[in-house]
Amino acid sequence: MKTMKLALGPLLYYWPKETVFGFYRDAAGWPVDTVYLGETVCSRRRELRLEDWIAIGRDLARAGKEVVLSTAELIESDADLRAMHAVAGNGAFRVEANDMAAVRALAGKVPFVAGPFLNVYNAGTLRLLAELGAARWVAPVELSREGVAAVVAEAHEGIETEVFAYGRLPLAVSARCFTARYHNLTKDHCEFRCLENPEGLALDTQEGEHFLVLNGVQTQSAGVHNLLPVLDEARAAGADLLRLSPQSRHMGEVVAVFREAISGALAPDAAATRLAPLLPAAACDGYWHATAGNRLLGAGSRAEK
Amino acid sequence: MDQGVASPALRTTRMKLVCPAGTPPALKAAVDNGADDVYLGFKDETNARNFAGLNFDDRSLREGIDYAHRKGAQVLVALNTYPQPASWRKWQAAVDRAAELGVDAIIVADAGLLAYAAKTHPGLRLHLSVQGSATSHEAIAFYHEHFGIKRAVLPRVLSVEQAEKVVARTPVEIEVFGFGSLSIMVEGRCALSSYATGESPNTHGGCSPAKAVRWQPTPGGLESRLGGVLIDRFGEEDHPGYPTLCRGRFVVNGDTYYPFEEPTSLNTLELLPRLQAMGVAAIKIEGRQRSPVYVETVTRVWREALDDCAREPQRFRVKPAWQEALAGISEGRQCTLGAYHRPWK
Repeated sequence: MKTMKLALGPLLYYWPKETVFGFYRDAAGWPVDTVYLGETVCSRRRELRLEDWIAIGRDLARAGKEVVLSTAELIESDADLRAMHAVAGNGAFRVEANDMAAVRALAGKVPFVAGPFLNVYNAGTLRLLAELGAARWVAPVELSREGVAAVVAEAHEGIETEVFAYGRLPLAVSARCFTARYHNLTKDHCEFRCLENPEGLALDTQEGEHFLVLNGVQTQSAGVHNLLPVLDEARAAGADLLRLSPQSRHMGEVVAVFREAISGALAPDAAATRLAPLLPAAACDGYWHATAGNRLLGAGSRAEK
Repeated sequence: MDQGVASPALRTTRMKLVCPAGTPPALKAAVDNGADDVYLGFKDETNARNFAGLNFDDRSLREGIDYAHRKGAQVLVALNTYPQPASWRKWQAAVDRAAELGVDAIIVADAGLLAYAAKTHPGLRLHLSVQGSATSHEAIAFYHEHFGIKRAVLPRVLSVEQAEKVVARTPVEIEVFGFGSLSIMVEGRCALSSYATGESPNTHGGCSPAKAVRWQPTPGGLESRLGGVLIDRFGEEDHPGYPTLCRGRFVVNGDTYYPFEEPTSLNTLELLPRLQAMGVAAIKIEGRQRSPVYVETVTRVWREALDDCAREPQRFRVKPAWQEALAGISEGRQCTLGAYHRPWK
């Protein structure tokens, strides 16, 4: 069976420019095959311009990485559309389309990646996107092992499948900014408070359960989705790439653990032991097992329906 | 950005009123009180209001279509969830049933299902569901070019200015939400419900499903839970609302508050002249899960308002009696203009 590749997903948080440059300087030395770049969450986050992302991409490409530029998760304004077209027509790197306007901008022109926000839940939708030029698709985070396997079984020969395998899950997007709301600020005068929290604002229930993370207009899971214990299942389901979503600390070590676990250099138990202290919060994997995403079932589990 | 501005002269000035029906009595209430279109769903997860006791089987749908057509109203069937491989045939069959029963349009979100419907039933009118998350004229153009959609429902996240630009740049009819429950997240892009319960609008046709809800009286107050997660705790003076996840009270850095939105309803009556002048084709009323009394009240008020607005848009005034009637049936204690007007922007 083929070896699964590792992809570093787009950075979902808002970090100072120098921090971002430093992160990707380090990433050039990590054992990842693919790196997704660009601002996908909020158009007000402008520490880096498209030229900066392209410069980072060139460095990563020189280090042997496949570089993909991702388009925004939500397009509202004319400026958002222009930004999307700038990414789609960047001319240097492959593009991940995260809404249908971006798909339309890329269709029939260049091969593209069908991003996780396109809602590809079945082979009919994937077939359509493949005909338009999708060379890879990223499964929606909600899609279970069975769901991924069933779409792959009916998919075009040759289209690659990527699965979200590690990190806090991007669960929802809004026009409203919940970080600004927390600070009693309006969105247009948010003072860029997202910069204060490198992994978003933790949201707990009234009884202290860690539940969600506010990341500007995006809402994430508090739990860290982790498919490390079920790598064999991911491979069997048809995953060609595993997406690891950037976190502010220990990311290089997380990548290394996944790499060694995939190659077999690290036994499953040893891999789990090494990953545990690197997690910024408790793990979850319910979506993979076709149940509530916040649950943790682990290897060999079957959720009761 | 290559689409020209459509000529306003080509647009119909009279906006259609699109009303919800969860049951045959609600359909009758909508039709009798002046709905132009009634939208509804089958009794399964092929639609985004898959709740017990709601929706239509073939027989009640056939009777509903007869009733609506006799009175000059149209029936739209929502097939607006995302089919997965194991259940694909069920959605495909639902499209076929809707076509065979003679519905006036189907409302679809999934691109694969739109492709199937366009190919198999070329005469069937297609509307893009709000669950399709098309927030720009270019995203709408994608669906128009590939499937020939005739109408698109805009997500509730756009401002009036943004909606206006979309309308001006697409040949597709635009339907916007006018009244009802307010969605804070982009429709079709929210998995909060499945994170806590395993079921979301995209996958199972429902947000915060009733079977995952638990009410528990405790010494600290009445607690509402969803999938075991504490959504809110109510004191004596509170009005306990259904534990929709994004309307819960949670804690951030020690502050307990509504991190997403206070429980409010959308009401855009005062925007009607503007929406009409923009060229909006249809106004949608939310609430297939609501009672026939709700449907009757909302339809009656909005019919009168739309007729007033079509007749004399310059002199249009929101009547206090309308607001009173709507306040009596709103969820939450207050109404807002939602994202159309953005005090939070």
